[in-house]
Amino acid sequence: MAKYRMHLLVCGGTTCRSSESESIRNALEESLERNGLENEVKVVSTGCFGFCDKGPIVKVIPGNTFYIHVKPEDAEEIVKEHVLNGRRVERLLYLEPEKELLATGSKEIGFQKKQIRIALRNCGFIDPENIDEYIARDGYVALCRCLTEYTPQQVIEMIKKSGLRGRGGGGFPTGLKWEITAKVKSDQKYVICNADEGDPGAFMDRSILEGDPHSVIEAMAINGYCTGASKGLVYIRAEYPMAIKRLRIAINQAKEYGLLGKNIFNSGFDFDIELRYGAGAFVCGEETALIHSMEGKRGEPTFKPPFPSEHGFLGKPSNVNNVETYANIPVIINKGPEWFASIGTEKSKGTKVFALAGKINNVGLIEVPMGTTLRDVIFKIGGGIRGGKGFKAVQTGGPSGGCLTTRHLDTPIDYDNLLAAGSMMGSGGMIVMDEDDCMVSIAKFYLGFTVDESCGKCSPCRIGNKRLYEILDKITKGEGTTEDLAKLKNLSEVIKDTSLCGLGQTSPNPVLSTLDNFWDEYVEHVIDKKCRASSCKGLMKYVIDPEACTGCTACARACPVNAISGERKGPHTINQEICIKCGTCMEKCKFNAVLLQ
Amino acid sequence: MAVIKLPESKVQQLKNICKSFNNDKGELINVLHKAQEIFGYLPAEVQEVVAKELNVSVAHVYGIVSFYSFFSMVPKGKFSISICLGTACYVRGAEKVLDEFRKQLNIQVGESTPDGRFSLSCLRCVGACGLAPVVMIGEKVYGRVAPEDVKGIINEYANL
Repeated sequence: MAKYRMHLLVCGGTTCRSSESESIRNALEESLERNGLENEVKVVSTGCFGFCDKGPIVKVIPGNTFYIHVKPEDAEEIVKEHVLNGRRVERLLYLEPEKELLATGSKEIGFQKKQIRIALRNCGFIDPENIDEYIARDGYVALCRCLTEYTPQQVIEMIKKSGLRGRGGGGFPTGLKWEITAKVKSDQKYVICNADEGDPGAFMDRSILEGDPHSVIEAMAINGYCTGASKGLVYIRAEYPMAIKRLRIAINQAKEYGLLGKNIFNSGFDFDIELRYGAGAFVCGEETALIHSMEGKRGEPTFKPPFPSEHGFLGKPSNVNNVETYANIPVIINKGPEWFASIGTEKSKGTKVFALAGKINNVGLIEVPMGTTLRDVIFKIGGGIRGGKGFKAVQTGGPSGGCLTTRHLDTPIDYDNLLAAGSMMGSGGMIVMDEDDCMVSIAKFYLGFTVDESCGKCSPCRIGNKRLYEILDKITKGEGTTEDLAKLKNLSEVIKDTSLCGLGQTSPNPVLSTLDNFWDEYVEHVIDKKCRASSCKGLMKYVIDPEACTGCTACARACPVNAISGERKGPHTINQEICIKCGTCMEKCKFNAVLLQ
Repeated sequence: MAVIKLPESKVQQLKNICKSFNNDKGELINVLHKAQEIFGYLPAEVQEVVAKELNVSVAHVYGIVSFYSFFSMVPKGKFSISICLGTACYVRGAEKVLDEFRKQLNIQVGESTPDGRFSLSCLRCVGACGLAPVVMIGEKVYGRVAPEDVKGIINEYANL
């Protein structure tokens, strides 16, 4: 590889690309050429840095200077000032909100300080489309060591010792899963990577595939060696075109280098990887449904046992792991299981990647040791609540999880603590909510999602969730009764106990956890007919402030149901019986006389 | 429903695709992905061809098409507008943005404008949560969209 004195890393993750990071890359390259620097400085398009809210991001190495909200027209200034003259472009540096200090290096940013990057080690650092850069960061060393130094059983022991648990949500011990598949005798076995990241608000798997696809390929090959499978399959969402593209490039490069294919590292081990595409069905994240979908069928789950490790893809033993789980494997082999097990809590080892989103300042992707508190994640790393509003709740685990509140802020995050708090780890989406969010509406939002995504195979999930949704809808419209609240709880429990797969067994969690933590809010909706977040339209009414009303009649003329009356040049009133709450009057009023109460 | 006459050249293309997957019924989803790329959607007539080529019942194909939200049986507009209703976008006001698109275009989700120019659909998370709420038109992503921006966005496509 050619040597460069400086690298300009441009984030090529989906969020930054949507904000034209590609034009920035081109502009930087053009500018370097204009200044005759193209042989000294290299521009690299990397995976996600994680600091998505401040994107597009450009990082300069050496020095780790971190430029935020970069525009193509800033390229010339970065090249002339920073590259040529060694002066940082201060107006593009990140300003720490609390200290009002310019953060000159990426390591000084509060967002980065508490993080330990294992699964995301290469994201935002290497060019994901260049296998040499992965290899330069100890890539494929773990595979080589496994194939040449250890027996499959020894590798499985290492994974077991590391304490790694499935990062897709279930938290099943990974080493144990591998061991079970390894023990089943069969002429053909499969290793499957679950990249069907369907949780709304979760984008960690996508970022890993886009930023460091080789780590997943390497780990799948190791998994194949351990379990005795010669074939790997990645089930990936069709909605992730860039991840698909980068994964394809990576697989082809690995084949070229002989890291996939026949007789890898002269060990006699053969392994190959193919891609299978999802087509937009959340339930396919469940492993039996995923396998059916890969077989070209409807993605409906089936009862377990038999588990996929015995009876999986095409009836053959199959080991299914999630993207993030795989991304941890090479590091565990290279640094040793003891090192990995030294991070985290007693029963949850290592780190977890979270996607921070919602009403938080630093939306983005983070990786923290298990056991970090919610408070550290939200306020230290996440930079607190947007617009200085009050923190109300954080939703973890997507549609299967629950809402946690201020009283959970000091809970160390791990699999067991989250379960005990009525939520779950899930794949790692974290949606932060502030005082403007109505918790009944949030529960309804999630149920709406579940109703859409239920495959319809078992009746508790198909019918029960629909009924739950209807009751919630009734409450948000102000038509709920106290009986409905009891019904909600009862029905939720029945759905949990009787559904066939993980989707139905967890879908009432958003309802149960909000009932638990925000009981008052439900009661207000039902008894006082009030929504404290002013979000439920059905509980709001439009009124005209007689002081501010000039009697221009604009609202009365615009009202589609003639609910507004009043004399010209005199104050108008809205007949609440007739009003359909469309809000047209408020839009039309030029004097801000129409109020929502 | 009126029967659609599929152009012979496209039917041949579709048959070739099935062949490239060895007419294997296990590849049905991959075949449908490609078919949707050719036709833009998957009307009954396309499903019939696929069923015949892969030697499965039309009901089976329909079962797959109707199960997965990525497949559509109605044609999309020239400019397909998708509003992300993932949680991150939802809490940042995606619903109001959706309402504004409905109002401006005077169509519901899943419908196309009578002139066939715009169609409206919802998505569950495109993973660009840092830009919430997000709207996609074709491949282009619009981030941090407010209801007030909607008219301007539609106007960008007025003369295209």
